[in-house]
Amino acid sequence: MRPSSARLLHILVPVKRAVDYAVKIRVNPQQTGIDLNVKHSMNPFDEIAVEEAVRIRDRLKDKVKSIKVVTIGPTKSQETLRTALAMGADSAIHVEIPDSAPAPEPLGVAKAIQAVLARQKEKGEAVDIVILGKQAIDDDAGQTGQMLAGLMGWAQATFASKVDIDVEAKTANVTREIDGGLEELKCKFPLIVTTDLRLNEPRYASLPNIMKAKKKPIEKLSASDLGVDLTPRLETLKVEEPPKRVGGGKVESVDELIAKLAEAGITGVKA
Amino acid sequence: MLRARAILSRRAFARGYATSPPPHALIYLEHRAGAIESASLSALTAAGQLGGQVTALVVGGPDEVTAIVDQAKKLKGVTSVLHSSSAQYATPMAETLSPLLEKLLSENSPFTHVVSAHSSAAKSILPRVAAILDVPALSDITSLVHDASSNSTTFTRPIYAGNAIATVKASSSIPIKFFTVRSTAFAAAESEEGANAEVTALDAVDVSDSPSEHVKTSLTQSDRPELGAASRIVSGGRALKNAETFEATLYPLADVLGAAVGASRAAVDAGYADNSLQVGQTGKVVAPELYMALGISGAIQHLAGMKDSKLIVAVNKDPDAPIFQVADVGLVADLFQVVPELTEKLKA
Repeated sequence: MRPSSARLLHILVPVKRAVDYAVKIRVNPQQTGIDLNVKHSMNPFDEIAVEEAVRIRDRLKDKVKSIKVVTIGPTKSQETLRTALAMGADSAIHVEIPDSAPAPEPLGVAKAIQAVLARQKEKGEAVDIVILGKQAIDDDAGQTGQMLAGLMGWAQATFASKVDIDVEAKTANVTREIDGGLEELKCKFPLIVTTDLRLNEPRYASLPNIMKAKKKPIEKLSASDLGVDLTPRLETLKVEEPPKRVGGGKVESVDELIAKLAEAGITGVKA
Repeated sequence: MLRARAILSRRAFARGYATSPPPHALIYLEHRAGAIESASLSALTAAGQLGGQVTALVVGGPDEVTAIVDQAKKLKGVTSVLHSSSAQYATPMAETLSPLLEKLLSENSPFTHVVSAHSSAAKSILPRVAAILDVPALSDITSLVHDASSNSTTFTRPIYAGNAIATVKASSSIPIKFFTVRSTAFAAAESEEGANAEVTALDAVDVSDSPSEHVKTSLTQSDRPELGAASRIVSGGRALKNAETFEATLYPLADVLGAAVGASRAAVDAGYADNSLQVGQTGKVVAPELYMALGISGAIQHLAGMKDSKLIVAVNKDPDAPIFQVADVGLVADLFQVVPELTEKLKA
């Protein structure tokens, strides 16, 4: 297993290039997907993941040996890696897929990351913590982190709003957002964390850091280099616009508002 | 478990003639404070629509399970109940529950589907188990159709924060279809007079070296209806200024209406309301009879969480706020004048 001497942490952060969160998306006329000719940026939850990795290093200083980011996607995903590098990651891996290839599913992505983890271990840089976003805002699946934890048999701390690392004990105390409140876990390394919005506020990359990021290394791999098959196993039959909601117009006063409520059968509850 | 044994003894035969198995769903029933979660009851309705048997799985601490099993076996649509209790299951954790599910779903299992609510616990557990079994999973489905002859199930689910609806088919090549259910898209299953499903106990799978341990849970205390299940919701945004005015303005109105209180992300981030009250893509998805959006502009991420509400009422100072495009009743006014007046007049 791991050498027991004080070893240094390796952190891996998988990121995804997604349609920017502020874009009003449009379904394409063929109903095969959405119009992707729009602004893209790093999935917001992944920005939080990168930020958390960088903050862990800010706190633990040189106990963090490396922060590596990885993405699986078409050529343009490289921009997303550069953003992560500008935020403070050291190096990147780009698992490139053809622009025409369908988007891989969470299970495929998890297997690719599993292969990356095996590769890092072979190099003697075994990863201790993988930090992922809790979901991507395009497919809204919210599965990749848990699937990776399952494949690796590692501890998982999903929807994290606070991560406290104890390097010596090789554990992390993680506060999670659950339905109805919060939960705290104590997890042993190696560990998978998925980020909730509350975890932190990602920094903006400064211009000098953006310039520096251009010199940081990006290793290019393909799915076959990793020995994984990224073909989707679920078949998307079609993508449609949701039913349109028609605004019912405005009222002028509270009395009119109450009348509208009464029309819908809504009155005050007698206490 | 009779079925499982029958399949076991005819294994070679079954392999030779690959007829598709009839649908048999395993539903992970969640419970809290001695009652089954209403979101699980909605998931049960979805499981019933597959048209086959439905086995409910109840897990929990040693003192919890009996009462839940009694409720579960009377539920409409449940054909059998499996239960397992262990001190380890008192707080559901993916690392300790996965081995139990894995064992239940491994070779010769009768189950064709694994179903749960799209809750925080199930979202953590199900994908982990699916990956161990090497099958994909579907999250937050809003409808489903099972075709028994081809053993394929077609689902719809919202993507891009509900701004598109994808129709996705899981074919027979996926032997066990995992999915979580958007509870607002299905009515809750009810108890049925005289129903009494067969109950079987399962040995807990002891995980002695779990890499994670539970430290503590802190739940937000509230006398109001639970946000996810409430029929009326009064929700506030950044315009509420601070936590004190949020309470002072919204709570009296919520009380008069018997409503739950919700909040936009802006209100939660600014600390006016607890995280667990957040409605939207990253918070709760709700579909009450009445949704009152007070001082909420209506960003797409918020709309994703509430646009299936029956009646949407919006009060906002800004006549161009996007919330008015979905509101059935809109009032352009200062909410600090409108809400107290509304509260008073509803009391009368």
